[in-house]
Amino acid sequence: MSSIKIRARLLGEAIQIRILIVHPMETGRTLEPQTQQSLAAHFIQTMTVRHNGEVIVQADMGSGISKDPYFAFMLNGGQLGDTISVDWSDNRGQHDSASETVK
Amino acid sequence: MALSYKRRQFFRQLTGLLAAVCLPVPLAYARWPEAHYAASPLDATLKQLFNDTMIEPSDQIDINVPLIAENGAVVPVTVNVALPAVQKIYLLVEKNPVPLVAEFALSEKMQAVVSARVKMAQTSDVWVIAETAAGLYKASTTVKVTIGGCGG
Repeated sequence: MSSIKIRARLLGEAIQIRILIVHPMETGRTLEPQTQQSLAAHFIQTMTVRHNGEVIVQADMGSGISKDPYFAFMLNGGQLGDTISVDWSDNRGQHDSASETVK
Repeated sequence: MALSYKRRQFFRQLTGLLAAVCLPVPLAYARWPEAHYAASPLDATLKQLFNDTMIEPSDQIDINVPLIAENGAVVPVTVNVALPAVQKIYLLVEKNPVPLVAEFALSEKMQAVVSARVKMAQTSDVWVIAETAAGLYKASTTVKVTIGGCGG
């Protein structure tokens, strides 16, 4: 199952894009209570949002983004049935992508 | 002779395999500006990001955050920049070990509106810096973090 949930909704002249990603976003500074060892850093570093294949948002982030990141953006123009796609990659080289049609 | 040929072929294949395994990782890393996310004071991060470029305070940047966050692990932030030609929005939390939280490069089709959820280590100012065609603008607001319910 994809780690990404996208909701793209036409609001008047604009498209509201909401993105929810399942990811631990570990900072590398959290101590595991039993062992007192720090949990290894594991966080998304880059995320790209595309509208019909064209890049509209290029985001870089650190581990200061909360666990299971949520983002929302507003796109001017566009219409019903357009495709919004999202991909991310993290500091361990893992990545995922998903796409959704505008409703 | 047959043996050395096989060995040469083996090493050639090994090199190809190693390249295939190793290359994608550095490429994936290359795009992420690691230096921006160093654990340093806010001043040092700003210097790293913008060198000494003048950042003007602006009342055209609206930062919508809770006044008091009960849980510093999840603080919802919505930024609305009413300036023209916004190219990039930077989100920072002054007192976090790593002040820079995220940078959003927006195409001209995007409204300068971004929502995200950020972590806050303690009560701190949240900073937003907007990079526009005309220069850099900043605004900040304080969020009180009350982890443990002690009133921070």
